[in-house]
Amino acid sequence: MLKVTIDGQTIEVPEGTTILQAARMLGPEVAPPAMCYYSKLETSGGYCRTCIVKVSKGSEKDPRPMPKPVASCRTMVMDGMEVQNKTSPELVEARKGVVEFLLANHPLDCPICDQAGECHLQDLSFEHGIESTRYEFERRTFKKIDLGPHIQLHMTRCILCYRCVKVADQLTPERYHGVLNRGDVSEISTYIEKSIDNEFSGNVIDVCPVGALTDKTFRFKSRVWFTKPVDAHRNCDTCSGKVTLWYKGDDVLRVTGRKDAFGEVADFICNTCRFETKKTSDWVIEGPRVIDKKSVISANHYLSDLKVPDFAYEVGEDYKKIDDTPKLLNPAAQ
Amino acid sequence: MQLTSRSKRVSNKKLSLGERLYLPAIVGGLGITIKHFFKKKATIQYPEEQRPMSSVYRGLHVLKRDEVGRERCTACGLCAVACPAEAISMIAAERQPGEEHLYREEKYAAVYEINMLRCIFCGLCEEACPKSAIYLQSDKLAPSFFSRADVIYGKDRLVQSMETITSAKSLKSGLTTSDRYVDKVWKDGKY
Repeated sequence: MLKVTIDGQTIEVPEGTTILQAARMLGPEVAPPAMCYYSKLETSGGYCRTCIVKVSKGSEKDPRPMPKPVASCRTMVMDGMEVQNKTSPELVEARKGVVEFLLANHPLDCPICDQAGECHLQDLSFEHGIESTRYEFERRTFKKIDLGPHIQLHMTRCILCYRCVKVADQLTPERYHGVLNRGDVSEISTYIEKSIDNEFSGNVIDVCPVGALTDKTFRFKSRVWFTKPVDAHRNCDTCSGKVTLWYKGDDVLRVTGRKDAFGEVADFICNTCRFETKKTSDWVIEGPRVIDKKSVISANHYLSDLKVPDFAYEVGEDYKKIDDTPKLLNPAAQ
Repeated sequence: MQLTSRSKRVSNKKLSLGERLYLPAIVGGLGITIKHFFKKKATIQYPEEQRPMSSVYRGLHVLKRDEVGRERCTACGLCAVACPAEAISMIAAERQPGEEHLYREEKYAAVYEINMLRCIFCGLCEEACPKSAIYLQSDKLAPSFFSRADVIYGKDRLVQSMETITSAKSLKSGLTTSDRYVDKVWKDGKY
């Protein structure tokens, strides 16, 4: 076991743990934000530099600090390592620079984007107080690429985190999309327009940290903060069937995986669960999903209004057991 | 024990002669009435005569169009989430090719409704709007209504009419109420 101190909190972790994983064990308040790292996807991380931390003490044997901020998702913990994340003002400043770089080409169309309200880049720029960039040149814009009936790709919003590419590589047998070109002109595309219709392809929507890949069946239907998330499950042969339903009134507008405090889904779900089954009767409701109080998703939600749909058929089973044959009030009178 | 400091002791004092005469009190009361005949009236004859309104008054809402007449609203829902009275609701739709002259953004509000019974005219929608689309006009009041259906203001009554686009006065150049207030304070020199 290796001892590591992050922002003054000490934890013992097994060998081979990265600084980011160790920080996540301490809790979401300590963990550095991550745009490209995704714990469920192998070899993810190392592209966005959002998770940089300052290593003020390398290890017990070699206490020299690391010369520059390191990407915590790719740096392994050493015994006696001391890491500064939010406690280091110069690191917060450095991360602010990273956010500004991420926003260099990102359009400021949050009022239009379906991801607004649950977008990691939006959270990040809000946390660091960045409303725009000092970038004066023309932003990258792309033509819309058709990815089939379910997935909407807005390449203009992409920050090239490669998460969707890794989903296609690791969850589906074949990958049709990837990153084309290099440097400033690199883009996610299918090269020759081709629809992505694998059974697990819908997960690219969940892993996308920004609004580049969104659900076509939910497109412009509602803002996230007007929908009410409810945990539900169903028997599914291809996936775990554990999802979050996003209700508006009595309608299921959207089905997603269950995202944790770090924005990662617990289980990847199949396209049938995500796109085809949008009726309350398809699901067994577990209860309202707990949303962070500070999240905009919980804005304007009064708990008494949260209507858990009742299940006529489940209640019906109980009802049969009750003997409700008409009876006379006074049998003796007969 | 005294339960409240506002309790009064009831007195059974006999009326004095002057009070029993009754007439002095009548004359005194009439005096007050006659004095009011010569005072300045507190009321005005409303529709014919109108009071000057503050430039920061928050009156009836308007959904602005831009300089070329396209609707500014993109149905982002920030006004509805900012609204403390939950008066605003909307349904968004995607702009189709060929509709670029009607809507400024890729998405627009197909339905936009304000419930005037709920609205408290706080102006938070105006503050929240990132597209400078909704304004509370300082020169127009929400008219009275006589049926429940009149209360829900849809896009037909909210969107700025095309005739007012060309006049420079209608373009408030993206100022919010607080901006206008700051401008006024600055102009008056009272800061």
